[in-house]
Amino acid sequence: MEDLKMDDEEALCAETWLRPSSGNSIRQPNQPSFTNFTLSNDQPEWEDPSLLDYGVRIGTSFSKYSFAPDQDGQSLQSNNSNSKRGEVNQQINEVLKIGKAQDWDPRAMLNNLSFLEQKIHQLQDLVHLIVSRKDQILQQSDELAMQQQQLITADLTSIIVQLISTAGSLLPSVKHNLTGPTAMAIGKHRHISEILCNSGLGLDATNISESHGMGPNVANQVEPTGDTAPSHHPLDEPELKEEDDADEGENLPPGSYEILQLEKEEILAPHTHFCTICGKGFKRDANLRMHMRGHGDEYKTPEALAKPNKGNSSEAMLLKRYSCPFAGCKRNKDHKKFQPLKTILCVKNHYKRTHCDKSYICSRCNTKKFSVIADLKTHEKHCGKDKWLCSCGTTFSRKDKLFGHIALFQGHTPAIPLEESRGVEGLLEQGETTGGEKNRIDQSINFSFNTESHNGSRVQNIMDMKGSIDDPSSYLSPINYDSFNEFSRAAFDDPDGGFSFLIPGSCNYGQKNGGQSCYSDL
Amino acid sequence: MKKRKIADCGQEQGLELHQNFFNTLSEEIVFTILDFLGDNPLDKKSFSLVCKCFYSIEAVHRRAIRPLRTEHLPKILSRYPNAERLDLTLCPRVTDASLVAISSSPCGSSLRSIDLSRSRFFSAGGLSRLASECVNLTEIDLSNATDLRDPGAAALAGARNLERLWLGRCKLITDMGIGCIAVGCQRLKLLNLKWCLGIGDLGVGLVAVKCSELRTLDVSYLQISNKCLPSILKLPYLEDLVLEGCFGIDDDSLSTLKHGCKSLKALDISSCQNISHIGLFYIISRHEGLQHLTLAHGPPVTAPLAASLRKLTMLQSIKLDGCSVTCSALKVMGSYCVSLGELSLSKCSGITDEAFSFLVTRQKQLKRLDITCCRKITDVSLAHITSSCTGLTSLKMESCRQVSKEAFVLIGQRCNFLEELDLTDNEVDDEGLKSIGRCSRLIVLKLGICLNITSEGLSHISRSCSKLVELDLYRSSGISESGIVAIAHGCPSLEMINTSYCYGITDNALMSLSKCTKLHTLECRACPLITSLGLGVITIGCKQLAKLDIKKCNKIDDAGMIPLAHFSENLRQINLSYTSVTDAGLLALASISCLQSMTILHLKGLTLSGLTAALLACGGLAKVKLHATFRSCLPETLLEHLEARGCVFHWRNKPFQAELDPKCWTMLGDTLQ
Repeated sequence: MEDLKMDDEEALCAETWLRPSSGNSIRQPNQPSFTNFTLSNDQPEWEDPSLLDYGVRIGTSFSKYSFAPDQDGQSLQSNNSNSKRGEVNQQINEVLKIGKAQDWDPRAMLNNLSFLEQKIHQLQDLVHLIVSRKDQILQQSDELAMQQQQLITADLTSIIVQLISTAGSLLPSVKHNLTGPTAMAIGKHRHISEILCNSGLGLDATNISESHGMGPNVANQVEPTGDTAPSHHPLDEPELKEEDDADEGENLPPGSYEILQLEKEEILAPHTHFCTICGKGFKRDANLRMHMRGHGDEYKTPEALAKPNKGNSSEAMLLKRYSCPFAGCKRNKDHKKFQPLKTILCVKNHYKRTHCDKSYICSRCNTKKFSVIADLKTHEKHCGKDKWLCSCGTTFSRKDKLFGHIALFQGHTPAIPLEESRGVEGLLEQGETTGGEKNRIDQSINFSFNTESHNGSRVQNIMDMKGSIDDPSSYLSPINYDSFNEFSRAAFDDPDGGFSFLIPGSCNYGQKNGGQSCYSDL
Repeated sequence: MKKRKIADCGQEQGLELHQNFFNTLSEEIVFTILDFLGDNPLDKKSFSLVCKCFYSIEAVHRRAIRPLRTEHLPKILSRYPNAERLDLTLCPRVTDASLVAISSSPCGSSLRSIDLSRSRFFSAGGLSRLASECVNLTEIDLSNATDLRDPGAAALAGARNLERLWLGRCKLITDMGIGCIAVGCQRLKLLNLKWCLGIGDLGVGLVAVKCSELRTLDVSYLQISNKCLPSILKLPYLEDLVLEGCFGIDDDSLSTLKHGCKSLKALDISSCQNISHIGLFYIISRHEGLQHLTLAHGPPVTAPLAASLRKLTMLQSIKLDGCSVTCSALKVMGSYCVSLGELSLSKCSGITDEAFSFLVTRQKQLKRLDITCCRKITDVSLAHITSSCTGLTSLKMESCRQVSKEAFVLIGQRCNFLEELDLTDNEVDDEGLKSIGRCSRLIVLKLGICLNITSEGLSHISRSCSKLVELDLYRSSGISESGIVAIAHGCPSLEMINTSYCYGITDNALMSLSKCTKLHTLECRACPLITSLGLGVITIGCKQLAKLDIKKCNKIDDAGMIPLAHFSENLRQINLSYTSVTDAGLLALASISCLQSMTILHLKGLTLSGLTAALLACGGLAKVKLHATFRSCLPETLLEHLEARGCVFHWRNKPFQAELDPKCWTMLGDTLQ
């Protein structure tokens, strides 16, 4: 529902912001702002596509809830057609690979710094633009102002991401040579990365809930960074320290990767890729691209259909780590012993497993619950085969694992599935008491009947048996026992030794298990 | 309070009060009298029938109950509120209802021990009630519960205070069941898992981890291997470990043992096929505190292995039954082992006079010696045994055929402390017996297949061996009536006598034996001169008679059965094959409420209907041996009914055999050798 609304807005934007002049028409509604921006600021030609593309992508990807950062990185790399930058990146990567103690190339460093400088200038220009826009906002409708703000923050984010990537890749060498500019870059980077997360948060909130109160907040947070003067937010500082600690624990140098945090709604969204035209959601980017073909010929070009990051070496990518949005979680960046998650999929699975209800219940055992459907499927594969059960409810596929568990914990004991083993016992016993195969079959049928309805059938059996036992002559009927009638009186004198057992005894026979009474039914 | 009860008893008796002297006895005195009452359960029964106060005092006094039938269990249990030990071995059929009755009875909470080792038909439900209600249970014998499964074991785990548990032959219990017991009954001190084939390493390992107070553990014939052995040996208090027939344990596992069990005193590693002398080295070297070592049916005992025994400074007894023991090993044991109290070398091949004589001259402290079937041993060894081990209390030398009859004189001359002497299948003669008669402490004397002895020799025994309890004269065909008469006069405490195939035994002999009031086992198979008269007299005199074998006494007929049925209230087992008993006799017999086991083969006078009636009438029957022809004749429903009552049928298909000539038996024995 929300998505549709947003699409409407975008369509509206496209109308008001006039015609797209160039670039991919996928980002049609967003592009005008960038064309304006680039034209007015007279930026060097090679920077434009990347920046533009990047920023727009951020915008769209946020509207798609997830995988945005991933795409950002890829698009950033894909658009780095400049050979110089490619070199720089490679060198950075090499530095990363070789390690901290490795000698660094001052030339490469210089390149990086100049690159950073350029970026900062871009940032400045952007902020100028924002300032100029703010005047316009007064005249425009709220919705349009929102849209603009979003776009600018997206641009900002893109620059910040680039900054971070450069600064981050520089970092190992920086540690050994704390020169002024680089140190400053680190400071900036830290701050920026923090804000990046916050701004991302803000954007999502506005996108999804359309709460206007969040809009200015985002702008406020972004503005100081635009000034390039690192004015630290008081709340951010402890968090920064914690992050550093965590990074050390991870054996990843602090800042060598960026921390991204998706929102709960993003994580739980069923689709992550949305058509910007009709709003239809897709789980896979490729499916979206296939879908886009239906919206016009411009989507059928090989470029439009190509995988966005194709042709670029993944080596050059910056390391990305993810934070769980759940406060207090170890996977949350605010946690003292923060352990980042490696991929988006990890984030999704982690969040669902640990912070969501387990809504998928195994249909076989009706006890095991899962929040990730893949887990349920894995469980269902061997559900029932996990026969080694502990009294604490834990099941084991191997007996030795169960016994190791029991040996370890006080009070835990092997759990024996009662009904199952009883069934077997009953069957076996019947087999023993009567030799014949036919009897065994009959009784097993009888027994299974018993297990289905314990009370009724058992009573029935006892009744049957009583009927036959109450009449002792039935035992003797095949025999001519006239011959012992004369002395039988003496023999049966003792009521305990005589027939009296038949009646109390007959009641007992049924008691152990229903099957035992079967002999009288034959 | 109790005294008041006695007074009440008196008042109830009203006028008879002044005539009843017993009321003047205090409860304590009556208790003391009861303590001295003998083994015969009927004595206590008669005592309690004297008067009401005796009845009530006896009921309060009794601690152990051994009921015959479970039908009366609720009544019995309410009568004896202080019962602590309940023996249900005479009740073949113990259902869950019986167990529920026990657990809900007033003595349920005071019950400490229950024996279900011969009972069937109970299940997990009853056991769980028992375990939960009888909180003071410390001892349960569930041996032979072959259909008990894991749920039963799990139910048993509810008995938290259990200290002694026997689960022998509970073959269907698996690791899961024993795991429950291990977790639930952590105070176990004794655990017997012999023949529990379903239990493996994991179960035993868990027992060793959880039941740290174990003193005695029997894991014989379990399929356990190296994996659980280390945890067993870590048990801090383990004293007695039986690993008989554990094929999974091999030299490798023993060689990797880093430590032994410090507290271990007795170790049995008999019949472990995969343990060679190397493995034994390891285990012996790690258990220097061992007092009793059993290596029966193991690897050959050689000198190095014997030398390793010298490390066991506390060793008191060693059993090497069925091993091949070399001469050098015997010599090493003689020279290096500490003084042994018990030595068992039965069926050890390779034992010669020279080595054995050397051994016994060094081991002068021997109290018990078993040299059964050491066929190379001659007079020389016996001379050395008797001269050096004068303190022997037990000497078993069955089938030492090389020892001449003159040598047995030495036993009587030198070993006067003998309490148990087994001379089965030996050359001993009357002179020898005359000498053995000096062993006045003899309790058990076995003279089976001693063809050289006669009644005269026995009369020497009877003159001095007044403590004799068990006498075996199986196939010693030289024994006649006078010998038995002499024994009956001289040995009043005789409890078991076997005169099978002593063809000269007559009714007179039995009449004299009737004076041995403690007699509970009488085997007089194939004594053709015995008639119903003799049997009748025996039954009147020997009230304790529990086992009777009169197979092939073909003069015994129904006339003998009627007094038997009337007087022998304790009779539990009888073999009537080849006698002249008919339907009437069998039916009379069926009225003995104790009777549990009957062997009825080749009774000419028995008809189908008579058999049927007898089987139905005899409510306590647990085991019946019948000829296979009856199987098809007896109605299926009857057999099923009896089986449901707890009776097991053994069908035999032996053809009718005429008795062999007594000489023929000895010839047969010679050819076998």
